[in-house]
Amino acid sequence: MDPRTTVINKRLEQIKRIIAVSSGKGGVGKSLVATTIALALSRRGYKVGLFDLDFTSPSTHLIMGAKNVQLKEDKGLVPPVVNGLTYMSLVYFSGDQAIPLRGADVSNALIELLAVTQWGELDFLVIDMPPGIGDAVLDLMRLVKRIEFLIVTTPSRLAFETVKKQVRLLQDVNVPIIGIVENMKVDRAKNIEVETEKLGLKFLAEIPYDTQVEEAIGNVTRLYDTTIGKRITKRSCISYNWIIRFPFIVNARWNKT
Amino acid sequence: MHEWALAEAVITAAQEIAEKEKLREIREVNIKIGELQQVEQDILRFALSQLKLSSFKNTKFHIEKAKTTLKCRVCGNIWLFSKSKLDEDIAEAIHFVPEVAHSYIKCTKCDSPDFEISEGRGVWLENVIGVR
Repeated sequence: MDPRTTVINKRLEQIKRIIAVSSGKGGVGKSLVATTIALALSRRGYKVGLFDLDFTSPSTHLIMGAKNVQLKEDKGLVPPVVNGLTYMSLVYFSGDQAIPLRGADVSNALIELLAVTQWGELDFLVIDMPPGIGDAVLDLMRLVKRIEFLIVTTPSRLAFETVKKQVRLLQDVNVPIIGIVENMKVDRAKNIEVETEKLGLKFLAEIPYDTQVEEAIGNVTRLYDTTIGKRITKRSCISYNWIIRFPFIVNARWNKT
Repeated sequence: MHEWALAEAVITAAQEIAEKEKLREIREVNIKIGELQQVEQDILRFALSQLKLSSFKNTKFHIEKAKTTLKCRVCGNIWLFSKSKLDEDIAEAIHFVPEVAHSYIKCTKCDSPDFEISEGRGVWLENVIGVR
């Protein structure tokens, strides 16, 4: 048997909340939302980890401008602190090379990192997920007992139709969903908000399309000044209202099972 | 000391098997380590001896090395992994996460990175032998 899965929840036991930022569709801004949420929580004084699980196209290191950072070995792998976040990504091992992985390889790499990463004590671990509802989503649902999902979509019906399928999948097995963020909004249409409520979920925020985001990539200070940065970091916005003040749903899942 | 984390996984898994099978004593734990991950056998053995619980008091840990077989999905070529052909940094990256081999190793016949690791990936618990 593969012994690694037996220690995964032990590795995560000192983490209070584990939040997977996910979307059924690619290109909706998951990595930016995940990174900004993690930075916002860290700015509020919480101990936060960021785990880039988008193996085939990791980008959180680029968003944060992480350079020359190295892991430490101490009874496993100890991630370095980057911009205040305990940060783990497969790019430490792949560098600039492409990582052409098939499903079983994605699972194996994910299990390896979950089994050997020594996160220590954290208030939040934010996970930047790969797009879709493939191996990484299924593995996290299977292996990480206290996982919660935060879903990102765009106003596009193409994105939201896929998001709906993902939501149903998670709801069918009682995995907690914090809510849905509508990113890259270009008008005032309320259809995503209405549809989100029909799914029985919280509509967390709408984030207007922001042309400044591209210029802020690699510079965390500038990222805070973008629309996405402001929407997520301000006290009245996502990180405060919907993550910090949202501890109860985790218990709901485990009381049911 | 990445081997410690893997040793801890072996001990936890063996303990779970012992509990499930209601073993009061574990006599043998048989482990295979795939060449691809380049686990240091001595460090793994030392970590196992340090981590073992009371139910492992008289346990013998047998560690067997396994060759890594790679099979190209494009042309069907089968070949054996060899660490000696890799730079030190690349070998270390593969040691930590064997799947990154796909970033650095290519089929020896057609140069495709689309291959499967047929055998000998990493640490594997073959079986646990004990007394009920």
